[in-house]
Amino acid sequence: MQRSRILGPIGIVWLGLTLGVIAYATRLGLFLAPVDALQGNVFRIIFYHVPHSMLSLLFPYVNLVASLFYLFWRQRDPLKSLTADAVAIASAEVTVVYASICLWTGMLWGRVEWGLWWTWDARLTSMLLLWLLYVSYLMLRKLSSTGQTQTLAAVLSVFAAIDVPIVYMSIKWWRTQHPAPIFFSGDPDAKMDPSMLPAFLWNVLGWAMWGIFLLCFRYALERRRQKREQDAALQAIEASLEMAQ
Amino acid sequence: MSYFGHVFCHLRKDLQLEWRSRDSINGMLFFSLLVVVVFSLAFDPTAAMSRQIAGGILWVALLFASITALNQAWTREQRNRVLDAQRMSPSPPSALFLGKALANMLFVALVEVVLAPLFIVFYNLHALGQGWLFLVVMPLGTWALVCNGTFFAALGLRTRNRELLLPLILFPISIPALLGMMQATTAILTGEFEPGLWIRLLVAYNVAFTTVCLLLFETVLSAE
Repeated sequence: MQRSRILGPIGIVWLGLTLGVIAYATRLGLFLAPVDALQGNVFRIIFYHVPHSMLSLLFPYVNLVASLFYLFWRQRDPLKSLTADAVAIASAEVTVVYASICLWTGMLWGRVEWGLWWTWDARLTSMLLLWLLYVSYLMLRKLSSTGQTQTLAAVLSVFAAIDVPIVYMSIKWWRTQHPAPIFFSGDPDAKMDPSMLPAFLWNVLGWAMWGIFLLCFRYALERRRQKREQDAALQAIEASLEMAQ
Repeated sequence: MSYFGHVFCHLRKDLQLEWRSRDSINGMLFFSLLVVVVFSLAFDPTAAMSRQIAGGILWVALLFASITALNQAWTREQRNRVLDAQRMSPSPPSALFLGKALANMLFVALVEVVLAPLFIVFYNLHALGQGWLFLVVMPLGTWALVCNGTFFAALGLRTRNRELLLPLILFPISIPALLGMMQATTAILTGEFEPGLWIRLLVAYNVAFTTVCLLLFETVLSAE
């Protein structure tokens, strides 16, 4: 009880800060950043597309780590393992949301720049496959019976994590239209203009904070659901004991 | 009994069961034959075009056919609660998995042996590349499908909509392997590019996933 009394206000402050950062980043991105020399105003979608794609590559790691902790604690400390599972499901859902936004903004941008909604290029295909993997993870959670959902989902998460590098390499060999990455590519010509950088970084920060907020919110929701389930199970046991007397 | 003794024991049991009923092999054979005929009618390909698409069609047919068999693979063990007995037996769980996967591998391989001549007839195929490489690509590709397929069939055993769930989780995971086998097969048939890279991909995929399947099977078997 004590903890939730502190965590509630922290959550609200965090949400307020997040909305502030997103508002400031939107102002920088949409109004203050200079117009791109080649693409005009269309390029401004980069401030949404790239942060979302970067973050949708980050949340799967949270999912994997939480799933590994779940498998480790499953027999040793079942209560702790439930918290790990709550983190796993929250991060999987946030991954699907961010990857969906990345794919959707990418399609809008591609329609204007390339004249195509979709092309089977390496980066697009691997992002789509990442999305498919995590949707299948959520489907498994939906379809499996209670009591073993967590274990099965954690196992599938390990499979997905091993699959991702193989997918990445295979698709790279298969196709290579999407511009080379601007960041971490080692190509000195492919660089963002310094005047655009602040808008970009503020957007990354804002959307990262928003993702963390969503993750924590979903986590708290899942914890409540777990607690309710435990209480119901406990009541059922007590009722059956009274009957026995 | 040694580990491989257990594996062999499970394998022999599965082969014997299949020999008595022949359900899944007959089912797979007829199903993949139908897929080959339907695709042939749908695309009506010329000899040059069929070389381009045959690799894809072959593996899609095998993928769908093996799904039908894999869904049945573990239901046999559920009858009379055999699976619970096996969970209690002192043999290592991964031996049970390996035996089952090898049995499924043999079933699908048998289907391939029967299907290959039909494929050549219906699509007027002759390989322009190194045909002997099929001897490498076919077992590697089959194992990639069957190993994960057997594992996920066990994973979905106690879920609702078991038959639906298997393809839903097997397809996304198998996409790199499917890409590898289709590209390698097309490379051999057309002789336009080297299949070596894709064969290496299949080897890496098989090594990685066979290891994980063996390590995690116990967790899945006793997930409760």
